[in-house]
Amino acid sequence: MTMEGAMTLTEGPAAHARPVYQIDRLSKTYARNSLTALTDVKLTLHKGEFVSVVGSSGCGKSTLLKIMAGLLPPTKGRVVLEGRPVTGPRDDIGMMFQQATLLPWKTTLQNVLLPIEMRQGRSAAKAAIPRALDLLQLVGLGDFANVFPGELSGGMAQRASICRMLISNPAVLLLDEPFSALDELTRDFMNMELQRICAEQQATAFLVTHSLAEAVILSDRILVMKPRPGRIVEEIVIDLPRPRTLEMVNTPHFGDIVAHIRDLLGKEAFQ
Amino acid sequence: MTLHPNLKDDDEDTLWVEHVALIDSIPRWVAMLGLAIVVIAIWDLATTRMGWVSPIILPSPSETLSDLIIVGNNLLSGGHMLTALWTTTRTVLWAFLIAMGIGFSLGILVGETKFGERAVMPYLVAIDTMPKVAFAPLFIAWLGFDIQSKVALAAFIATFPIVVSTAAGLYAASENERMLFKSIGASRLQTLIRLKLPTGLPYIFTGLKIASVGVMAGAITGEFLGGGKGFGALIRESASMLDTPRVFSFILYLSLLGLALFFFVAFVEKRLVFWNKSDRPGGVA
Ligand SMILES: Nc1ncnc2c1ncn2[C@@H]1O[C@H](COP(=O)(O)OP(=O)(O)OP(=O)(O)O)[C@@H](O)[C@H]1O
Ligand SMILES: [Mg+2]
Repeated sequence: MTMEGAMTLTEGPAAHARPVYQIDRLSKTYARNSLTALTDVKLTLHKGEFVSVVGSSGCGKSTLLKIMAGLLPPTKGRVVLEGRPVTGPRDDIGMMFQQATLLPWKTTLQNVLLPIEMRQGRSAAKAAIPRALDLLQLVGLGDFANVFPGELSGGMAQRASICRMLISNPAVLLLDEPFSALDELTRDFMNMELQRICAEQQATAFLVTHSLAEAVILSDRILVMKPRPGRIVEEIVIDLPRPRTLEMVNTPHFGDIVAHIRDLLGKEAFQ
Repeated sequence: MTLHPNLKDDDEDTLWVEHVALIDSIPRWVAMLGLAIVVIAIWDLATTRMGWVSPIILPSPSETLSDLIIVGNNLLSGGHMLTALWTTTRTVLWAFLIAMGIGFSLGILVGETKFGERAVMPYLVAIDTMPKVAFAPLFIAWLGFDIQSKVALAAFIATFPIVVSTAAGLYAASENERMLFKSIGASRLQTLIRLKLPTGLPYIFTGLKIASVGVMAGAITGEFLGGGKGFGALIRESASMLDTPRVFSFILYLSLLGLALFFFVAFVEKRLVFWNKSDRPGGVA
């Protein structure tokens, strides 16, 4: 099956931009169970690029993201962000985890302000309140700023954690299945918001997702991972024009791309 | 226009209501009062009415009640019993404060540092398995017959549950929460104070409640064995004179002190751990 340029290894539209993330020969073996989660991963993210990773459960996507975020040391290889090696958490990285993880003793607003409070203190957090409220408004939580997370639904909590990531204006967004807890309509809406935010802030985004449609609608490139040991086996350049719209989901070309990735994954996913 | 014109919001249309068993539907106060009446009735039957039990072993309810009033009067009028109760109260409060201070410090050392976990914890476990009351003669030898030796014994007993619960509480924060704090650049101290301690509060309060019971036991044991001027000494005195009603009423008044401490801890917990919805009804345990 061929598809005019959609899945060749040619460079994507953002390829001529400056490289932001450079990852080379990255391997990770968990010492606890001597399990090799990643082997020889090489990838480059360019300024303003949106790249997604798809792959079966347990193939090392979250591990890759945690290493990129400086939360987990790699066993081998190097991660360089903006010319400086990543050796720990950095404030130009915004990370969003698979779970919302809001602190139950803080209100939604206080949770959103947490990164500012930790890095710059209470007065800086106070000054950031209007921006936090704007962000909450944006994701439809305007009325829930002063509510404790115990009263939020799973999807609402996830949306609040998006605000927490965005509050410090990170240059790179690392997203680990951020919208998996949302219903489909909210998810579509959030995806479009994410596209807008990334375009607006010239942010570079790296998204882990299980939804192929989500990956295709958002990404400039999609990386396909295979498990045991986790590695990147395929790179697919998505040549849909930007800005992407939800209507594109219904085009035959979109369907072809999704089918092609599904084909790639299906061959090994359940071995 | 409604989608289901036949289903109105009337009670008659509610086909399924939650069924509550009769024993579960008795209101709290009725249940407590009822149980007390039954127990006292059996007690009365066994002593006054049928004479199954000798009054020296078990005084009748009326005897106990009149003695409760005598002791209550002495307490209210500021007699020697009030002085004794105050001595015991001071012992208990000092011991609780000391146990909290040492317990939190050791708990943080054990829960937060590998050194504490590897080197300190084994010794703590070893000491904890010893019968701590057996240390009473030592404390008396070291600190004398005054309040200090009782404070030491009570604090010694109450420290361990606080250490263990504090350490357990510090482990309670999930991997995700730790990762989150790491990713937003929190220092170790910030992570301890802003994440691990608040997450561990429910555990810590469980330990404090156990300690509040232990501190009472420790203080009274100390007063039994080491004399002094506390309530424990009064109880021992009355018991040696076979004044069982007096022993009973002393124990009842003493239990008020223990209850007050326990419920104070439970009250503070409710205030502080407001987000924890899993607390059991009535604030007990
Ligand atoms: N802390 C850890 N210690 C040991 N092994 C781990 C640890 N975390 C993950 N692993 C293992 O590493 C492999 C990759 O895990 P990872 O969480 O990166 O997968 P994933 O691709 O994110 O999966 P999912 O899509 O289900 O989230 C799995 O086999 C997992 O068992
Ligand atoms: Mg994952």
